[in-house]
Amino acid sequence: MRQFLTVVVFTLLTIGFFAGYSNFGIPQIEPAPPPKEEKLDLGSMTMDGFIALGERLFNGKGTCTLCHNALGRAPELATVGEVAAGRLKDPRYEGEAGTVEEYLTESLIDPSAFVVIGFGKKGTNDTESPMPNVASGGIGMSVAEVAAVVAYLQDSSGAEVTVEIPQDIGAQEDDGEEDESEPREAIGDPKELMALFTCDACHMIGGEGGEVGPDLTQIGASRDRDYLRRAILDPNADIAEGFEEDMMPEDMGEAMYVAELEILLDYLAGLK
Amino acid sequence: MNGPRPILKTGLALTILGLGLAVVALVLTGFGQFSAFAAEHAGAAGEAAAAGLYGPAPKLTAADYPAIAGVNGRIVVWIVAQLHLWFAAFVLAVPIFVFIIEVIGMRTRDKRYDDMAYEFIKVSITAYSLTAVLGGFLVFALILFYPHLFTYLSTIFSESMFYYALLFFAESAALYIYYYGWHWLQGGFKKWVHLTLGLVLNAVGTTLMLLANAWLTFMMSPAGVDAAGVFGGDAWAAIHNFLWNPINIHRFVANIAYGGSIVGAYAAFKFLTATGRQERAHYDWMGYNANFIAICALLPLPFAGYYLAAEIYAYSQQMGITLMGGIFAWLFIIQAVLIGTLFLSANYYLWCGMGRSDGAKRYTKYIKYIAIVLVGAFLVWFTPHTLVLTNEELKALGGPHHKILGPLGIMPAKNTAVNVMIIFTAISFMFYRRANKIATVPWVKAGNAIQVALYTAGIANIVFLGIYHGYFTNTVYKVAASIPQVLTTLVVIAGSITLDSFIYRGSKEVGSLQWGRIPERAQYALFLLAVAFTWLMGLMGYIRSGIRQHWHVVDIMRDASPDAFTPTLGYAANVVSVAAIIFMAMVIFVFWIAQVSSNKTLPAGYWKE
Repeated sequence: MRQFLTVVVFTLLTIGFFAGYSNFGIPQIEPAPPPKEEKLDLGSMTMDGFIALGERLFNGKGTCTLCHNALGRAPELATVGEVAAGRLKDPRYEGEAGTVEEYLTESLIDPSAFVVIGFGKKGTNDTESPMPNVASGGIGMSVAEVAAVVAYLQDSSGAEVTVEIPQDIGAQEDDGEEDESEPREAIGDPKELMALFTCDACHMIGGEGGEVGPDLTQIGASRDRDYLRRAILDPNADIAEGFEEDMMPEDMGEAMYVAELEILLDYLAGLK
Repeated sequence: MNGPRPILKTGLALTILGLGLAVVALVLTGFGQFSAFAAEHAGAAGEAAAAGLYGPAPKLTAADYPAIAGVNGRIVVWIVAQLHLWFAAFVLAVPIFVFIIEVIGMRTRDKRYDDMAYEFIKVSITAYSLTAVLGGFLVFALILFYPHLFTYLSTIFSESMFYYALLFFAESAALYIYYYGWHWLQGGFKKWVHLTLGLVLNAVGTTLMLLANAWLTFMMSPAGVDAAGVFGGDAWAAIHNFLWNPINIHRFVANIAYGGSIVGAYAAFKFLTATGRQERAHYDWMGYNANFIAICALLPLPFAGYYLAAEIYAYSQQMGITLMGGIFAWLFIIQAVLIGTLFLSANYYLWCGMGRSDGAKRYTKYIKYIAIVLVGAFLVWFTPHTLVLTNEELKALGGPHHKILGPLGIMPAKNTAVNVMIIFTAISFMFYRRANKIATVPWVKAGNAIQVALYTAGIANIVFLGIYHGYFTNTVYKVAASIPQVLTTLVVIAGSITLDSFIYRGSKEVGSLQWGRIPERAQYALFLLAVAFTWLMGLMGYIRSGIRQHWHVVDIMRDASPDAFTPTLGYAANVVSVAAIIFMAMVIFVFWIAQVSSNKTLPAGYWKE
């Protein structure tokens, strides 16, 4: 029995050491949360805002800095605005772009059109790029987002920003993947409703959820139904102290059935 | 009772079997593309796509993940999958080396090998039931917590899942006949029948593993589907996805190392609780063999891991960088601690084991140097690439990396460290093999000089390559050192074993090996090996799955559950630790139940006379 207990204690201590080292011996880096679809209000966006959006995408959703950094895994982009024109004349260029802007857009969605020497996939003699198409699959940038990144690349490399802010595609993109031809069934459970509209991404209830918007755990104690109705249908009408404008989607009234809105209001007003 | 020589054959046979499987996998690779089978399936695929039989991967919301009894679905699936994998790795590996040990027993007509093989398989029988139970639990957990993912995967892999279930019957039948028929199928033709059953058991077990591997690698590197996840109908294309073979090879080798370490722990436990001298000698011998098996598979394991990582990088540069240079980079520092533990404990056990021979004294003076080198190599592997620094520390250091020590954090140094560790472990083995022998060939001095020259040249080449690529090349070429370093290591080890076999041809023995003459603390090295292996597998299982980040199926089917986030390493380590404790408790149960079957109680006066 003594040997058995010694073995048990030894095993627990070993596992405890590994767990302890992993918790306290190395820095605990909180990985970024999964990227969320950003609602683009292109109609009111200035070019500076558009370039700033491109920078955010470049450093965030686009995951560009994983490779385009000082370690030399992919070409540096600090001068891409200057060198792009030369690449269009390069005999190795296989794309269809005629301008710098077109070249940059093409390099984002068809990276193998021109591969900088030394940066191709192994064994392809620099004819195939290891970079993915940013509009597809894992990165999944929209047309407007690609344009924003191109604007940022032009701006950051000192070239003239020729990109125009797309005005006619924002609304289409906001519709997302919703199939308008087939209306969805109304939901009767307020928690399911909140899950469908991902309210918890920004609002906390009972200790779970995001902190971008106000905590709703006891919202019914301080706000009445009228206030809550206005906060859902016209979120910028009253901004709670300490929170920013334009963070909550403004199309909740269109996306939600009337009955659903009432169910949700009943639920929120009851949170005391 | 002389272990090393037949055991060398064991190692050789293991290697051949491993290579055989790799060849089979590679043949399948080529076969898949050109065979009539593939052509037929490709035709079916086109028809299926044209007929619109399959829909795109579902786009989920948080509401699509049922909340059941307030339980966190991800943690349940994570722990159950990990427990299933640990047991599965164990029960797939044990029959491989049991088969080889049985062959050795048959060739040498030394019954102790046969008895040891039987005892190994006896331990794995209960574990086999637990593997099946946990596999069932895992399927239920997936259906309950991730119904849409399970539906999507089972649509694509419906055929292979069906065959998997059938194969499981075949596996059970082969295992039970193999185990329960052990004493019946003895001698002459019957032994051949038994060995054939062992071969069938291994073939079916390996096929089961290959099928399950296809499902998980599909989630990492999907194939046979279009960008929206619409399945084209070609099941082979989905199975034979980009990362399938790298995972197959890595798991096959790792399973053997893991199985060896677990039965080593069993032998250690039996040794510690043994009452008689003979029993201690038996379990000491068993522990030595188990450790030998674990080390034989551990030595090529870093290379298999490196191949897997390189293929992940080749499949997706983004995934590769996330793995090695992104949020998971610190995990490899934890891995370094674990690998260091494995190498040090395995070597320590060998050094303690040298006490079985009176001739070992000639080599004990060198052990401290081996220990110093192993610790040094461990520290190099342990050196992180980028430290989290304050501004003052950054200024004092003159940048994020130290000018001289900085390159110790990158791959050339890590590769150098691991190759040096492997070579010095091989030296430990060489000393162990030599401990009880006295060479009689007249050219023994020259032979030893060649050995020294071989190792010196090999180590010098590995270190030179590491320094050159670590300090004098740019990032793109830094991994170029790995292949020549690995080849150097292999050449040195193969050359040394060959040369030693000539030097010690016709050698005299110092005396008979004193099995059982080993300190108790050496048994704890075997426990450490098993626990570290278990925990390391859990950690690496986390990263393999974690690099998918917020995707169920990479780029095809997004994880929209509230648990789609990538946890911190501390969080992951805690889950792995809890799972490891549950596993160890179950393993102790398995050991206990294996022992219970041989206990007998004679209740006086209970039965009618």
